[in-house]
Amino acid sequence: MCSHCRADNCLASQDWRGVAIVLLLAVLSAGCDREKRDYRGGNAPPAAAVRVGESQPGVPQPTPPGPRGRYFEGNAWHVNQGEALYKEFNCSGCHAHGGGAIGPALMDAEWRYGGRIEQIHASIAQGRPNGMPSFMGKIPDDQIWEIAAYVRTLSGNAPKYVAGGAPQGMAAIPPTSRLPKLKPKTTESGQ
Amino acid sequence: MEVPGATLRVSRQAVGIIVLALASTLALAAAPAGGDQAAQAAVNGDWTMPAHDFASTRFSPLTEIRADNVAKLQVAFTFSTGIDKGQEAAPIVVDGTMVIVTPWPNVVYALDLTKPGAPVKWKFEPKPPAAAQGVACCDVVNRGAVVAGGKVFFNTLDGNTIALDLATGKQLWKTQLGDIQKGETITMAPLVVKDKVLVGNAGGEFGVRGWIAALDADSGKIAWKMYNTGPDKDVGIGADFHPFYVGDRGKDLGVHTWPPDAWKIGGGTVWGWISYDPKLNLIFHGTGNPGPWNADQRPGDNKWTAGMFARDPDTGAARWFQSFSPHDLFDYDAVNESLLLDFPARGGTRPVIVRPERNGFIYVLDRRTGQVLSADPFTYINSIKRIDMKTGRPVFAEDKQPRAGRVLRQVCPASPGAKDWNPSAFSPHTGLVYVPHINLCMDWQSGEVNYIAGTPYVGADVRMYNTPGRARGELLAWNPVQRRAAWKVDEDLPLWSGALATAGDVVFYGTMDGWFKAVDARSGKELWKFQTGSGIIGQPVSYRGPDGRQYVAVLSGIGGWSGAIIVGKLDMRDSTAGGGFANAVRDLPQKTRPGGTLYVFALPR
Repeated sequence: MCSHCRADNCLASQDWRGVAIVLLLAVLSAGCDREKRDYRGGNAPPAAAVRVGESQPGVPQPTPPGPRGRYFEGNAWHVNQGEALYKEFNCSGCHAHGGGAIGPALMDAEWRYGGRIEQIHASIAQGRPNGMPSFMGKIPDDQIWEIAAYVRTLSGNAPKYVAGGAPQGMAAIPPTSRLPKLKPKTTESGQ
Repeated sequence: MEVPGATLRVSRQAVGIIVLALASTLALAAAPAGGDQAAQAAVNGDWTMPAHDFASTRFSPLTEIRADNVAKLQVAFTFSTGIDKGQEAAPIVVDGTMVIVTPWPNVVYALDLTKPGAPVKWKFEPKPPAAAQGVACCDVVNRGAVVAGGKVFFNTLDGNTIALDLATGKQLWKTQLGDIQKGETITMAPLVVKDKVLVGNAGGEFGVRGWIAALDADSGKIAWKMYNTGPDKDVGIGADFHPFYVGDRGKDLGVHTWPPDAWKIGGGTVWGWISYDPKLNLIFHGTGNPGPWNADQRPGDNKWTAGMFARDPDTGAARWFQSFSPHDLFDYDAVNESLLLDFPARGGTRPVIVRPERNGFIYVLDRRTGQVLSADPFTYINSIKRIDMKTGRPVFAEDKQPRAGRVLRQVCPASPGAKDWNPSAFSPHTGLVYVPHINLCMDWQSGEVNYIAGTPYVGADVRMYNTPGRARGELLAWNPVQRRAAWKVDEDLPLWSGALATAGDVVFYGTMDGWFKAVDARSGKELWKFQTGSGIIGQPVSYRGPDGRQYVAVLSGIGGWSGAIIVGKLDMRDSTAGGGFANAVRDLPQKTRPGGTLYVFALPR
């Protein structure tokens, strides 16, 4: 058992045996977690478990689509929120309306780090080495899911019943409900 | 004070004499400070800085390649940079060594011109972080190195200036100037004036605060750094500051012409060209667009963005400022080259700056005072009616003012202007300025944008297309004294390469579909062309090789803002992709492919 009684708090004790016990516990507590085995993978968030690489050693074990991702990309309100957040967090500054600029296009079939919603969520949260900033801790997690869900509509990969209608103003891209569904294909991540 | 009208009247009466006078007096303007390296370079046939000389003429005095023999030009050697992003750098040649800088990751190669095939003498890899690519607005370009005093100076995308030993490629010093976390990059080529290396930042699309800095050439220590927004003391505005126009006089205008604190993220970067007049001891540099592009978020004149400064190179102190786009509405950066020429005037010459400006006007300014002597349109312009000669300011068209939530259509020129960074050349033989430029218009919609450090701060959707009735690209030969075009060559694609003029009366430039062309400096007649395999957006140069022959060199490799559609693999179904430029060059992917190769040409032995 590990004591939370710190040595400096307990030294006030007049009882030398007490002091000895406290010191002993303090020494023991330092190595308390050394041999701890965490067989169940701890409490790592699901996003961190998303595979980016297409190949894997041994028998391939595809990550099953999570319920969270399915929920967000199947909900028109969240997709709509995602569209507004996509502009408000300046995603459009780098990726335009999906055609790309400083960052890559998001409406084609090519995905450097995977085009499933979990992978898009992971790229936004974690950032990617060629200039994609990490928004973890800057954008609330649910809003990252909403942005990822909207991004899925740009390549026609969200259900048609959640995709948006005719865009306002300049109409840079066709209505997302009319964009063809392109099967995401992961390309090499170094470029 | 001289009257500009008088000068111009005289010029119209005696054109021939004027051209000769211009030719003979250019030497005065272009001559660098007493016996320094640049003067020596001209004698050797070296090309030590991207603009060739402090006056930024890009004029080679070599005469072996002439209009009557250029048709025989052939490849002498080629060199692959191994990087297939936009190649905007000028090859630099000093004492039998050629130095080239690649786009990110900014590898520097020194080629030994004394040996067959010009093998690599040394290679230097600064290894800037990959993340720098994410804050580079318009491809990951670099505009070249400069060589002075046996040292190579260049900038890296992640905001460093580095000095190398020309002989060995060993790093002598490295100074961090920009911070990519704030969205700052450096893409410009430095200029060395006396013992100082002048450098400025890029990042006008990221809400950075623009600056120009001078580093000690021996140590890399910052001698001075001046901002182009904010309080006078930060800008270098003091007792020596005497702007010509009343509107530029007053205390802390770099603060008061902005909403509170907006100047701190207001742009005014220095990613273009700097010229130097040793006689006046002044440098001239432009300032980039204010941020964000959405002008509704920054009411006021937004000083000192989208204009140009004359500064003392020793202290950075500002002498004068001239604004080209006060309260810029359309990303009309003012970073273009300043050609320092001497115009004939009553009883002598008048020192002027000729500046083909992004807003579509070719300005002539008195370089002592900043007074605008003339400003003539060189493309179709409907966003600005004219330049008011009393105030030096543009008169904006009322029907081309962006309003929030509304699409403003047919704005000409588009946001890259009538001419972007790619520099002009001047020939004292012909008296003509050769301006490589574009003819594009655009639709524009402003929208509110949030400032998030390290992410774009733009707030505008843009889609561009060709100016109705004009070719997308144009090489214009402009007579700055007569204030009219001598001739022009239409190019189907936007023209994004620099120009080179030579004493053999040939002008060289490259096209975005990979042709490297030579035209007659007097008529524009095409004399020769060569297909380089990838689009040319670089800066051609000419030098005398160790064997005494004249060479012409250019880097080929599509990219930059104009070629982002290819190197960024943009999706054309989005008409605003690549800052709206992709829409204007939808045919480009059928016409060229990525590349990164140096081509060097010479006449057959």
